[in-house]
Amino acid sequence: MTEYAAPLSLERQEPTPQWKLILRQFRRHRLAVISAILLAVMLVLAVFTDVLTPYDPNATNTAYAGGKPQPPSLEYALGTDNYGRDYLSRAMVGARVSLFVGVSAVVFEILIGVSIGAAAGYFGGWVDNVLMRFTDVFLSIPGFFLLLIISGVFEGTLLALIILIGALNWMTVARLIRAEFLSLKGREFVLAAHCIGVPGWRLITRHLLPNALAPIIVAATLSVPYAILTESALSFLGLGVPPPHASLGKMLEEAQQWLRSAWWMWVVPGVIISTIVLAFNFIGDGLRDAFDPQLRR
Amino acid sequence: MTRYVIRRLLQAIPLLVAISIIVFALVELAPGDASQMYIDPEKGTDPEYLERVRTSLGLDQPVTVRYVSWLTKTLEGDLGFSFRTRRPVTLEIGDRLPNTLLLGGVSLMLSLAIAIPIGIVSALRRYTLVDYILSTLALVGISLPAFWVALLLLQVFAIQLNWLPAVGMHDVRNTYEGWAATLDVLRHMILPATVLSLAQTASWSRYQRSALLEVLGQDYIRTARAKGARERRVIGFHALRNALIPMITLIGLSVPSIVTGAFITETIFGWPGMGRLGVEAINGRDYPIIMAVTMLSALLIVTGNLLADIAYAWADPRIRYD
Repeated sequence: MTEYAAPLSLERQEPTPQWKLILRQFRRHRLAVISAILLAVMLVLAVFTDVLTPYDPNATNTAYAGGKPQPPSLEYALGTDNYGRDYLSRAMVGARVSLFVGVSAVVFEILIGVSIGAAAGYFGGWVDNVLMRFTDVFLSIPGFFLLLIISGVFEGTLLALIILIGALNWMTVARLIRAEFLSLKGREFVLAAHCIGVPGWRLITRHLLPNALAPIIVAATLSVPYAILTESALSFLGLGVPPPHASLGKMLEEAQQWLRSAWWMWVVPGVIISTIVLAFNFIGDGLRDAFDPQLRR
Repeated sequence: MTRYVIRRLLQAIPLLVAISIIVFALVELAPGDASQMYIDPEKGTDPEYLERVRTSLGLDQPVTVRYVSWLTKTLEGDLGFSFRTRRPVTLEIGDRLPNTLLLGGVSLMLSLAIAIPIGIVSALRRYTLVDYILSTLALVGISLPAFWVALLLLQVFAIQLNWLPAVGMHDVRNTYEGWAATLDVLRHMILPATVLSLAQTASWSRYQRSALLEVLGQDYIRTARAKGARERRVIGFHALRNALIPMITLIGLSVPSIVTGAFITETIFGWPGMGRLGVEAINGRDYPIIMAVTMLSALLIVTGNLLADIAYAWADPRIRYD
């Protein structure tokens, strides 16, 4: 029998930290790792856009363009639009705006969603009932059309757009956190903390929220694509990011009249939006697998 | 079951009232009001005249009174007149709604017809190259912006190859009758329906895959195999019937995204539906149309949710509501 026994060391073994296990699982999802690297590069580009753009994104060169979009050349890597504005510079600025709007809207969305979900799940009873009916109302609102109305009828700002996208998309997060809290509330460690007199606020922030972190992170990552697609669709319909900001959606709107002659005008912004969205989706997918202990070996 | 349906119907009422208040408040805060449509431009500067117009339209009443009167009229089926066309809103909506339902219905069928087989193949061949490719494609499908795919398809199939019409619902040069007319509408529908169903198909195939995988792990599947049922019967009869139940819910819950898709797709392809009407109304600040489109969209979403829950309870006898 003894010859089959696993070698046991009597020394104290350090447990592998949780985050190391998660990272190990995440690294197995090859596309997620590639996406994470890609996104990191894009974030760096976004932060240093002002220094890195080869041209002023709003500077026109009408003599060069002659009223027509010019194809990619040595001078302008991704061509120019019909005003002779450098398309690469505009795309970089546009990508930065899209990333900024998407990520900020999700941060806002998570703040609302977690607050409402946590309150509903922790207090239960009538508080839960009221908050969940409130959530139902928002779930039944045609959110995209409401965004169209608000940005079409009122003069919007970038901040208003971010707040609105967040304010119309927090419902899934709230439901998720509520369900998570309801199941955590019955667990022994929470009961134990409650019994030794841990106050409610501390119970939520120290015991409940950290244990609900995994689904929050996954939901946040998978919400960014939705926010970015919403923003670009609004801008495409001429109602999203207000001037003077450039936006990928707005570039596509302008490209519509040059569909026939200037392929780079609609290929470039479309490919960038798709890449950003796809990267976030792959990372979210990878994170979901990484947080799932059943998949861990 | 009947009691459950009645209770859900009753719950939908305060929901719709809450949404109507939000929409009414929004239009209330918006610049300009109905009086602008009725003002004679020659007398437009006379404050006394302006006041008279506002009084005759009831705009001098407090906001609560106006909300109640709007709600009563709406419930009676009087949605007012469009600011732009001066036609009754009910007629404007009545012209457009069938087109949207047609496009939405066709794209829904298309999504189901493609997503379910893909999900089944992925689940049965799980962790193989086929599953890997299909799953990755599904994620790509979710990630592509609908309006960009629309531009792409327009460029390739309408502009370059000239196989399909780019905009509208009917051929403007010819009028067809009978079968030729149906065929004409179908040709116009191919591109918008494809765009509308793309993201839906992609996400549903993922749901179908995981639903089938979950069912395949159940005890009754092992029982079916243990008693010697052939694999085809186990999959096609025991597993699939249960794995399709979650899809019923998904159809009902997909109404919001179909409504959203309608606004974008109909605008790009010039499809004469409710979505395009809504976008046009926003650009023209046509408030009666805006309110009608919003309320109708909300009604569709609430109905979708309700049908999803009822169908789920009907299809899965383990679920019992009371």
